Amino acid sequence: MGIFLAFVNKEFKHIFRDTRTLIILFGMPIVLVTLFGFAITTEINNANIGILDYSKDTYSQKLQNKIAASGYFNIEKVVQNTNQIDDAFKNGEVKLAIIIPQNFSKNLINNKYSDIQVITDATDPNTANILVSYLQAVFKSFSDEQNITVNANLDVKTKMMYNPENKSVYMFVPGVMTIILMLVSAMMTSITVAREKELGTMEILLVSPLKPIIIILGKIIPYLFLSMVNAITILLLGLFVFGMPMNGSYLLLFAEIVLFVLSALILGLLISTISNSQQTAMLISLMGLMLPTILLSGFIFPISSMPDILQWISNIIPAKWFIIIIKNIMLKGTGLSAIILETSILLITSVILTLLAVRKFKIRLE
Amino acid sequence: MRKIIFIVQKEFKQIFRNKMMKPIIFVMPIVQLAVLAYTADFTVKNINIFVEDQDHSSLSVGLVNKISASENFNLIAASNTYAEGVKGIEKNKIDIILSIPQNFNKNINTNKKSDLFITADAINGIKAGVSINYLQNIIMAFMQEQASAKGLKNGGSGINIIKRDWYNPNLNYKYFMVPGILVLLVTMIALFLSGMNIVREKEIGTIEQLNVTPIKKHEFIIGKLLPFLILGIVEFTIGLVVALLWFKVPLLGNVFVIYTYTIMYLILILGMGMFISTITNTQQQALFLSWFFSVIFILMSGLFTPIESMPVWAQKITLFNPVRYYVEVVRLVMLKGSSFMSIINNFLIISFSAILVNALAVINYRKTA
Repeated sequence: MGIFLAFVNKEFKHIFRDTRTLIILFGMPIVLVTLFGFAITTEINNANIGILDYSKDTYSQKLQNKIAASGYFNIEKVVQNTNQIDDAFKNGEVKLAIIIPQNFSKNLINNKYSDIQVITDATDPNTANILVSYLQAVFKSFSDEQNITVNANLDVKTKMMYNPENKSVYMFVPGVMTIILMLVSAMMTSITVAREKELGTMEILLVSPLKPIIIILGKIIPYLFLSMVNAITILLLGLFVFGMPMNGSYLLLFAEIVLFVLSALILGLLISTISNSQQTAMLISLMGLMLPTILLSGFIFPISSMPDILQWISNIIPAKWFIIIIKNIMLKGTGLSAIILETSILLITSVILTLLAVRKFKIRLE
Repeated sequence: MRKIIFIVQKEFKQIFRNKMMKPIIFVMPIVQLAVLAYTADFTVKNINIFVEDQDHSSLSVGLVNKISASENFNLIAASNTYAEGVKGIEKNKIDIILSIPQNFNKNINTNKKSDLFITADAINGIKAGVSINYLQNIIMAFMQEQASAKGLKNGGSGINIIKRDWYNPNLNYKYFMVPGILVLLVTMIALFLSGMNIVREKEIGTIEQLNVTPIKKHEFIIGKLLPFLILGIVEFTIGLVVALLWFKVPLLGNVFVIYTYTIMYLILILGMGMFISTITNTQQQALFLSWFFSVIFILMSGLFTPIESMPVWAQKITLFNPVRYYVEVVRLVMLKGSSFMSIINNFLIISFSAILVNALAVINYRKTA
């Protein structure tokens, strides 16, 4: 035990003597969570659109006013023919173009019906779909107002459970918190062992009576401490800056955070033990973890829509489970029983990673 | 000139003598490109729906049939208790509930007001929004069919949208994501390799040996840049071949435009890496800084979430994000066939920044310890 404490003490000193790194470590998550918490949403406001009006009559003018007043669209360009639409798309000026046909008013008054052609820039299919659905809503409310539809009596009302205002904060803030915590934690430990190898101090550690498991745990504990400081800052940002609700138990939440951070730290350490230099360790932890964590955790893209094989792969991403856990505790206020599966998976992952790290830890230098 | 060639040779040897480097530089990114392109899709499939039908009329049954015939929805159950559906949402078995009230059929036929209710599990706001949208479209289409059956011209449906999806008529998400992910991977490799380069020599101590050679500062930086520039271009080419042959992403524009832009862009990114390398003392610090920037670059590039949806101040920040410009250009040229003149502004911004950043790196590099 004395040896172990001495080792932990050594690691702490390493960390705290490098103030520059410490500032980066604690500053980074704050900047990132604040930035992304605000910036990552998929609601679109003020999208630039183009209008080609062949009709130029009362209703077409009214419709344009309605579109401009909706807040979703900004009529950036009024064009005269379809070639100009192509140019506007190619220069990246507009995202969508609306073509109002001739005799628009006449058709609406006589037939209560008119087609409108909507051209999307489908190189970005997601934005294209979102914008068209906004436009549908605008047209529906326009038709109802002008009393030109027979279905005006039918209204579809929606209720958003757990997230009544459909704030994307609830969707993205847990994701941002998870991703940043995961990546920072894994990155911190990923170079610790590789660094000792490269600087030559590994030899000293290996001739000491420390067992591999002690070295591994001793490397993790100081970083667990640092990560918890980061986790608490991130959590406070989530609660006070982004107004995340907290409906569950804090004790449970902290226990889960410790578990999740542990799995990330051990993953980093495993990378460190298998790499031969700091550079390879960094490249593996950065290149290898960043995109898969962002994309396969369900943070932005729904996992249920992915091909089966990727849904399988997503199961080994700890971030996926932690996002579910954090949403359950904070938004739904559920207890441990509802998230027992996710918790066990995190636990098992941590154990397996520890075993692997101990196994891969070579007690001889090459 | 010869001095530069020596440095380039030395760098290549150093990179490739490390056995782990080749797979990390060439295999890992390409595998990621091939696999991750399949994840980035906002289409929502397999929505589990529960219908609470209080009406039990021919109209309500027709609507339920229409929904269950749609490929996006799995009809889990139709009964007349709402509570059963809510319980399903709590257990994550059901995503969305449609409630049809009593006298729905009667009210519609007599032109009285009648509402349908949708309840969605909105914890995943995007999925909920998309699902509701699908459901509303189905309901509207169904009501119009009903109205047309009664002989109203065109269903009296008011304004009908005829949608044309230009440049990507099948709304293939891969056309959008593959070029973007390729750009991210090339950026990361270039930034990380160059960012850790000079600082590594500092940490190991070999920088002293270089400092006492007669090499000039700018020659040194150029010699350090060139190998990574070549690696970056090779990497980009492999990725481009995968995009074209495996994902069948169209290449409408001129491939020289893309390469000219890529080279200028890589010089900028490598310059940033060099700059990070000159201002840090240890590889650890360089790692954290390049990580910090690459996360910002990735998530603020407009690739995964639209830039238009960011608050105005965040949109301004994206103006300083080189990845944003590169994603834009690769997409414009590949998918829309934009010419060099359409992207000239974009090119000038990148060139100007490249000169600036590299000048900073040269100035910042000290030959004295």
